[in-house]
Amino acid sequence: MTSSGRVIGDTLLKIENITLSFGGVRALSDVSFDVRKGEIRAIIGPNGAGKSSMLNCINGFYHPQKGQITYKGTVRQQMRPHEAAAQGIARTFQNIALFKGMSTLDNIMSGRLLKMKRGFFWQALYWGPAEREELEHREAVEKIIDFLEIQAIRKMPVGKLPYGLQKRVELGRALAAEPDLLLLDEPMAGMNVEEKEDMCRFILDVNDQFGTTIALIEHDMGVVMDLSDRVVVLEYGQKIADGTPDEVRSNQKVIDAYLGVPH
Amino acid sequence: MAFFFEVVLGGLLAGVLYSLVALGFVLIFKASGVFNFAQGAMVLFAALTLVRLMGWVPFWIAFPITCVVMIALAFIIERVVLRPLVNQEGIILFMATLGIAFFLEGFGQTVWGSDIYTLDLGIPKDPMFILESVFDGGLLVDKLDVFAAAVAGALVVGLALFFQKTKVGLALRAVADDHQAAQSIGVPLNYIWLVVWSAAGIVALVAGMVWGAKLGVQFSIALVALKALPVLILGGFTSVPGAIIGGLIIGMGEKISEVYLGPIIGGGIENWFAYMLALIFLLFRPQGLFGDKIIERV
Repeated sequence: MTSSGRVIGDTLLKIENITLSFGGVRALSDVSFDVRKGEIRAIIGPNGAGKSSMLNCINGFYHPQKGQITYKGTVRQQMRPHEAAAQGIARTFQNIALFKGMSTLDNIMSGRLLKMKRGFFWQALYWGPAEREELEHREAVEKIIDFLEIQAIRKMPVGKLPYGLQKRVELGRALAAEPDLLLLDEPMAGMNVEEKEDMCRFILDVNDQFGTTIALIEHDMGVVMDLSDRVVVLEYGQKIADGTPDEVRSNQKVIDAYLGVPH
Repeated sequence: MAFFFEVVLGGLLAGVLYSLVALGFVLIFKASGVFNFAQGAMVLFAALTLVRLMGWVPFWIAFPITCVVMIALAFIIERVVLRPLVNQEGIILFMATLGIAFFLEGFGQTVWGSDIYTLDLGIPKDPMFILESVFDGGLLVDKLDVFAAAVAGALVVGLALFFQKTKVGLALRAVADDHQAAQSIGVPLNYIWLVVWSAAGIVALVAGMVWGAKLGVQFSIALVALKALPVLILGGFTSVPGAIIGGLIIGMGEKISEVYLGPIIGGGIENWFAYMLALIFLLFRPQGLFGDKIIERV
């Protein structure tokens, strides 16, 4: 995990005392942690611990009842998803949420929507500045396609692709937005060993080459321990541990949560 | 032979009108998964607005004003009806559009009156002969029908460009595919809904204009929407080319069966032919000719 020019900076995202309930069910209670600029931060925990809920709070799909989120120095309690996207938060989903009818190219291009400046009148004409802008976007998309090694499936409708490749396209769409903070919800779920290794490599490269801050949820402990700088552990909606992989690994509460406690 | 082609051509031109109405349905269904029962009422409302405005100002002023009215209507529908119902089941949104339909029919007739108005677009209604060199005596077509076909063609080209070439079009296709994912890449759902309802409103205006010029602007225009249903079943609810071709097939089928089967099994085929065809499609190809294939993963 020691690579060339990685610098971990100041706090980019700070979660303070977040509490989220659905009716009577409490999904998150009083959770606090932070994500520093340039790091890979993992959120782990058993099923139903509230990991995805946490991610959904950060990107604005859920609105927590209590607590505050500080992102890039601005405090907020809630936000709408498209606003989060506009502020540089991109994400992938646990169950792939790609635009199945579109090609790989169009899917990744859609990630650049917020970067497109020209109104549709100019684009319809496809002339002058609009043409230049279009070419610029195409170039950015091609770069991502090369980066993720998916040149061969460029024109294929993504609905027809195998699962592992769909996950990769989804990552590509998130990258196309050139995010400051990338949220990955179980990027390796349901993959075979080879696909997992590829995905690990991409995540590390994204972090290393683009300096993107990454917060990810993952179940595969080996992967989490290898990838991340710091790990936060949730159980039943509460934070039970927070620290480097080594610290977390030796934490008794974490061991209990994962292996069970003898009664 | 010339007579056969004349029937086919007449049918195709009539079908264009069905396509225009179906197009409005497809736009909204694609972007929001809502079956908009109010499309017929929107056609009526737009036509009434246009025809009454034309009582005061010439067409080239009345048309843009009506466009603005339809966009304002989309804005209100988004604010008052759709926004409070976000993330509700499709059936609930459908019921809401039923409400919009009744409201618009009543409101439109209260404001603009419920008489039958003639809409004069300045296009001569007299028939003309074409292709006289190919067929003996030529083919008889209605000039208004030709005009309608040209308008529909222009509209389809415009919509296709809009969907395929522009940023908003890309956002629209994204929303049509997956709401959550679209939001995560920064598409504001409310804005997209406003755009599609406006587009559907303007398509309704064009449909209302052409129907109104042909039949006069009257309440029965709202019922034209019913004819769009079989068109949609044929073409698929999610396909723009499907709506066009579905409309053409039904228009042509109606005329051919009326002319050639009518004398054998008694007339009036035109009234039920579309529904019969839709029924057959529902039995054997429920996704329509061009709709997305329905695959259930088990």
